[in-house]
Formats: sequence, C-alpha cells, structure tokens
Amino acid sequence: MKFRYLPLTEEDRREMLAAIGVDSVDELFTDIPEGVRYRGRLNLPEGLSEPELVRHMKRLSQKNTSFDQAVSFLGAGAYEHHIPSVVDHIISRSEFYTAYTPYQPEISQGELQAIFEFQTMICELTGMEVANSSMYDGPTALAEAAGVAAAATRKKKILVSRAVHPEARAILQLQARGLGLVVKEIPHIDGITDLNALEAEADEETAAVILQSPNFFGNLEDLSKAEPIAHRYKGLFVVSTNPVALGLIKPPGECGADIVVGDAQPLGIPVQFGGPHCGFFATNRSLMRRIPGRIVGQTTDEEGVRGFVLTLQAREQHIRREKATSNICSNQALNALAAAVAMSALGKQGIREMARLNLQKAHYARSRLVQIPGVTPLFDRPFFNEFALKLSRPVGEVNRQLLRKGIIGGYDLGRDYPELSGSMLLAVTEVRTKEEIEQLAEALEGLL
Amino acid sequence: MNREKKLIFELSKPGRVAYSLPKPDVPAVEPEEVLPREFLRDTPPELPEVSEPDLIRHYTDLSRRNYGVDNGFYPLGSCTMKYNPKVHEDVARLPGFARIHPYQPEETVQGALQMMYELQQYLAEITGMDRVTLQPAAGAQGEWTGLMMIRAYHESRGDTGRDKVIVPDSTHGTNPASATVAGFTAVTVPSDEKGLVDVEALRKAVGEDTAALMLTNPNTLGLFEEEIQEIADIVHQAGGLLYYDGANANAILGIARPGDMGFDVVHLNLHKTFTTPHGGGGPGAGPVGVKEELAPFLPVPVVEKGEDGYYLKEDLPQSIGRVKGFYGNFGILVRAYAYIRTMGPEGLRQVSENAVLNANYVMRKLAPYFDLPYPKHCKHEFVLSGTRQKKLGVRTLDMAKRLLDFGIHPPTIYFPLIVDECLMIEPTETESKETLDRFIDAMIQIAREAEESPERVQEAPHTTVVKRLDEVTAARKPVLRWEKSEAAR
Repeated sequence: MKFRYLPLTEEDRREMLAAIGVDSVDELFTDIPEGVRYRGRLNLPEGLSEPELVRHMKRLSQKNTSFDQAVSFLGAGAYEHHIPSVVDHIISRSEFYTAYTPYQPEISQGELQAIFEFQTMICELTGMEVANSSMYDGPTALAEAAGVAAAATRKKKILVSRAVHPEARAILQLQARGLGLVVKEIPHIDGITDLNALEAEADEETAAVILQSPNFFGNLEDLSKAEPIAHRYKGLFVVSTNPVALGLIKPPGECGADIVVGDAQPLGIPVQFGGPHCGFFATNRSLMRRIPGRIVGQTTDEEGVRGFVLTLQAREQHIRREKATSNICSNQALNALAAAVAMSALGKQGIREMARLNLQKAHYARSRLVQIPGVTPLFDRPFFNEFALKLSRPVGEVNRQLLRKGIIGGYDLGRDYPELSGSMLLAVTEVRTKEEIEQLAEALEGLL
Repeated sequence: MNREKKLIFELSKPGRVAYSLPKPDVPAVEPEEVLPREFLRDTPPELPEVSEPDLIRHYTDLSRRNYGVDNGFYPLGSCTMKYNPKVHEDVARLPGFARIHPYQPEETVQGALQMMYELQQYLAEITGMDRVTLQPAAGAQGEWTGLMMIRAYHESRGDTGRDKVIVPDSTHGTNPASATVAGFTAVTVPSDEKGLVDVEALRKAVGEDTAALMLTNPNTLGLFEEEIQEIADIVHQAGGLLYYDGANANAILGIARPGDMGFDVVHLNLHKTFTTPHGGGGPGAGPVGVKEELAPFLPVPVVEKGEDGYYLKEDLPQSIGRVKGFYGNFGILVRAYAYIRTMGPEGLRQVSENAVLNANYVMRKLAPYFDLPYPKHCKHEFVLSGTRQKKLGVRTLDMAKRLLDFGIHPPTIYFPLIVDECLMIEPTETESKETLDRFIDAMIQIAREAEESPERVQEAPHTTVVKRLDEVTAARKPVLRWEKSEAAR
C-alpha cells in the first residue's frame, strides 16, 4: 500500500539497506527484545483516502452545533468574537506554522520579530514592563504566576478570589499540591471579591493575592483597593484579565499589579471547543528572570544589524534542568501570532471601539432581559461584556428549551457555585446583534 | 531581502486602520455612563495604526524571514519535524470543530466528543495502555500530569515516602524540571558506555523512596533500551512506577508498545509523532496514557461513551483535578485524529520503519567523516560528535550555522549533554532519499571545509538575513519590548 506522506520507493529502500549493510528493515529492530516486540496488527480503523477522510471529518463536525447554526450567549472564559480575515491568511503561511521553536535565530527572524511585537502589545494592553512569548492558556498562566510569586517571596500562601474562573482555581490547586503551596479561597460578596475577608486572610505568609477582573461573573474588581492588601506584607499582586476589556478599562499595571495574566483567545483565536488558546504572562523587570516559558529579546548581529533571539534562557529547563523556574518548554507561538495580527488589525483605535461595542451590547442585553418577568439581575456591579441573571426556572431546563429555538443559553453558575444555583452567566460580544438579543428575550418571555 | 526589518510599530501612522467593525445597533452608551471613571483607561494602548495592505505586507515579509518544514529539510533531533498534512489544516477549520464552545450542552457537541473518545482509544491501542487523557497541552505538561497521577497513586496506598524520581543523564531537561514542579526530587542515573541506562547504577538508586523512573525509549541517543524488561522489574520491585516520555515514539509505532515494555504512564507528543504542526513553538498536545490501576487518578473531565451518546464525566473522586482549561488543545487533537485515520495500522508501522531506515542510512553515510560515539543501529535518530572538527578549531555550532547556507535546518546541537560537541539528527520518514543525499553531501562538504578552509565554517552563516546574533548582550541587557521614543510621546 502506498502512502502519500512517505516518499521512499521500493528501489530507495533496497539501495539504502545496501548502504547500511543489512538485508531488511527488520534487522534494524533486532535490539528490541522479542518479549516486548509487538507482532500484532494495531486494532485501528483501516487508512482512509483523502476524500474519504474529508467526508468522515465533515460528518463528525456536522454532529456539532456550531455558532453558525445557533446564537450563542456562552462566555465563561472562551468568547466568540469576530476574527479579522487577515489573521487566518497570515497564520496559514507555512513558513510560520511548520517551523519549530526558533532555535536558529538567523533563519527564524520572522517568528522572533512577530513574538517580540506580541510581547510589546501585551505590555501595552496590560500596562506592564515585560511579557513572555505566551503560555498554554490563561488558567495555566495564572497557576504559573502563583509559582513565580512563591519563589520570589519565598512564601507559600496563595490567596485567590472565588470570583476567579473555577477551572483556573482547580489548576492552581493542583499546581500548589506539586509545589507545596497553600491555597486559600476568598469569598465574593455580591459578585466581587470580599476585600474585608481578603484583608483578614492576608498576613506575613502571603506570597500572592490573585484576582480576576473582569471576574468570572463579568464584574470589574476594584483593583486599586485590593492592591495595598496584597502589598502590605510584601506579597505579589496577581491579576487575571480579559485583553479586549483592556481597550477600555484601566490596565492592571496602573493599579499596582506585579503579574498580569490572561488568555489572548478573544483576539483572533477561534473558541474551538476550548483550545488551543493562548495564555499571556506580563510582569515588571524586577521579576524578569523568574518568568516561565520562552522570551524573545532584541539584539544585534556581528555587523550591527538589529535582530531577535530567545533570551534569558538561564531560567529554563534545558539549561537548569531540575532547578528551572518552570518545566515549560513551549509556548503557543502560532496563536500568539494570531493575536498579534488581530491586535495589529484593531490597532490603537480598533481595540477601544471593539471594547465599546462589547460594553454597549452587553449593557443593552442586560437592561432588556431584566425587564422579563422571572428574570432578575443577580448582581449590581460595574461589568464589561458578561453578566449574571437569576431565573425563575432551573438553568438546565431553560437552556434545553432555548436550544430548540436555536439559542445556546448562558453558563449555569450552579455548576460551580451552589449558592448561585438558578443563575445564568451570559456573554454578549460585538458579534451579537440587537435582533439576536431580542430573539433571546422573546424566547425567555415564553419560558419563564 | 532587506537585512533590517522595521517593527510594525515603526510603520504606524495616526489615523490608519485595518479593522472593520459594525456600527452599534443598540443605544450608544458611553463607558463613563456605566463604569466608574477610576476604572477607565486614561491613555490608549500603543497598538500599531496600519492599513490592511501594510499589515499583510509586514507579516508576509516576516514569514519570508522564517524557515519551516515546508521550506526544506529539518532534521532537528528529538523534535520529529515531519511533514504537516495540509488536509488537516482544512478539517480543523470546519465550523463544526472551530466554532463550538466547550460549555455547550453535550447533545450539541456529540461529534467533538466522539472524536475525542475515539482518539483516546486509538492512542491507548498504539501505546498499549488502558486509558488516556487528552487534556495536557504539551509534552512537558503531560509529564507533570503523569507525575501528579503517580504521586496520587502512591499516596492512595498510604505509601507516602516516595519523593524521588529517577531520570537518566541523557534525558530531556523537562523530565527533571517536571519532577521538581510535581514536588519530587530528581535523581540522575548515568548511562553506560553503550549509551543505555546503567542497570547496576539503577539497581543501587532505587529504593523505598522511589516514586518513578522516567525513561525515553528509544532514548535521546536514538538507542533502544535493550534491558527494558529488567529495568521495569527493578523499578517495580522497588515499588516505583515507570514513566514513558513519548518524545521518541516515532520509532516504534506498531513495532513495540510502552505498555508491553512495562510502562505504567505514557505521554505522547501529538506535534511530533502525529504530524500536528509545531507552529513556531506551539500549540501542541501531550496526551497521557495510563494502566488501569492509575485510571482513578486521571484529570477530569474524561470523555466517556454511554447509552445516550458521549459525555464528559466530572465525577471521579480520586482524580488529581484539572491540568488545563477546558478539555485540552482540541484543534490539535482533530489533526492527530485525522492522521491516524489516514494512515491506519499499516501506515503507522511503515512510518516508523521508514523513519528508522532514513536515520540509519544517514548515519552510515556520515560515519566516515564524523565521530560516531554509539556505532550500533540507531532507531529514528542518532548522534554524532564533532570532536574531530573541534580539534581543527571548528565547533559544532559553526557546522550548524554553515548548514544554514545550504538551505537546511541544522540538527539539534549540544544535546544530549553526555556527548561532547553533539549533533543529534532525526530525518523523519517524510523525507526522500534525494533530500537525505543532499544533506549528506552538505555535511561531507562541511567536514572537508573544516580541514581545508575552517574560516568558511567558523564565519558562517554567509547567506542569511542576519549574521550570528549577540546572545550574551541580549541576556545581560534585556530589551524585551519596543518602546515609543520620548520625542514621539
């Protein structure tokens, strides 16, 4: 059987075996002891031709209801936004997507410069001095930030708000178990972190205070009030954020954050069932040598020409092995490129305009929906593009009914917050129209 | 091509735009009306202001200053830089995969869950394991996931004194780093003169404190650990578990399975063995397979098949928890699934056979010109040492840079650490004999230049957009972002 990805012909094989000095390929495997040699035939489906594969994959994909078939109001950490057409054209250039990590800078200047530009854009959005070349995703970036804080402060207690994404907190818990850290969750009060509770928990042992803003409920935290609590005992202030919101809201860097993390997914990256997305990690120069992951720096070549290299590698596992700041050895470079292209497309004006559209649509949607009998606002706090509503019927039931009308409803907050059961978290981004919001409103009117 | 290239910020001109957003169809609320003023940003972020044609030219130009597998040969050892099938890029972009939300009702994502469920089964079959999680985003995250499961396993048995993870000295740096992040102490065992784990040293190293041995097989020298059964026995008898680093799985598809070798936990790099593109550093995916006794500790959720279809199971009381947001790098999983469905059992086996054949061919052809520290048949990769050239004043780094002039990506260099002036060469199965011959000719010419005109090699590269870059200054005085000049502000 012939495979289109395998170029060797029978003649090639014969010539190569002769050059090696063996009679068969099997002879090259004689070092594998017979006891562990697999002599069977893997129980996998027979290979498919390209048309058969495409048909099969299409059929599988069509078993899913995509955003093109239903109007989605889901957010909760992954957001449907308009992706400028240019993004996919650029990341489809195979000089980018078929390259490895830029170990040979002379032939990787394109990637390195694009990442240097990405780092700059993340710094600009977050108000921080340095950023890395990206991380697996927002939640893991948050967990890494806790590790950095613990190492930098030589303390072990991490205070994290319960208004931080539940999955990020779960990953943080696991990371903490590995690193021997203690995580304490701070309750929320009416949808924002209870700063009195935070103040009561903060002490000499506190390595980090972690908040998210806009938080999991979509509400903006008062970062400037939380900051002194984090710093009182020389802990670090870690803020997780949404990069689109930063087109309008005050960057965490201006509120005294030491580390800012988040996910660049809303900027040019498809939701694609939750991944791959693109974490970002920004901090100040004082913590520069503790940053996990790859970092690109500017330098010059032997003739003084500006160029870019992977730098500060003395932090990393391939040099430091068990003493490395993190075990991470990759980033999400292609998605960082996508985000950089999207940020370039939006530019200084577009990021603000996009953020404004999100704000306007979400505020309109909330004011429309709370007029429906059986719908009450869950919180009354400043919010960005996501908000929570309390419904008079169970969320699961409502969502099932909405689906019949071609609407994917919001996130059931009862999944993670038993005390908020019966409440739904809805995201309204710039892609939702007034008409679609009306469609949701009318559907809810018929249900509640 | 211009040597120096402007940054996109240096192309910026106030008033230019490359975006197109709809006019608001809802009341145009001003931010100040709904948000407290102190929450608002005072100055806009300095994102570039460019038009769409400017943007496209800028990034197109950047792409031309980059080198991928589609540009040419990329024998980067341990990275498995094989061809990335184009049809995978198409299917991963289907709206039914790219435009679905992880929190949609299960009945609206049955195709996605079916794909994940089947991929779990396929990877379990290929590795000889019982269960698989697709959640880890990369090999290093897979290592950490596996080690946290190993930790949970020992603790669940009340076996709490196992705080050591043994790694060979030829291992990837991520292995000891992951051990540390998982709360273990890494203990290194040496390799013997054949390049394999020193079994006697291992016997002395294991004990009641051994949590696991992490092993890459074939190892980073491209050699199969022939004593694997004895190694497994030693570790298991000491009460430890065996962890398989799947970085080199491209050598053994359908030929040997980690599960049959005695491994308890396995990670695979879908971006190596299963053709998903490396993307310039990611995204990849690092699924982890385990034997049945470790299944209770898998991260949640796991994809299960029930009477009413596929579903996400969150209720796993002994689970270690979560390792990544949502369910893993789904878009990457789609590509790997498509690859397995394309190749089938026969194709996958041929992949490994050809990968090993290609590596041995290049190794034998180059053996007369370079030092070959481990002369037996290799698997999918092999190492050379540049000690002979070093004596002539030509370092392995120089030879790597000289290869750039031939339009070839150099091999991995200076790794593994146990080989002096190391070159680690992994051709992969997707290269033709003609490509291999061109590489062989280039390497022989470089070896000759090292003798006859060493400066030609020492001063390389001669043809790239930049010459060798000053990495020392980059690290000592880091410039990690562009800054707007004072005048412009």
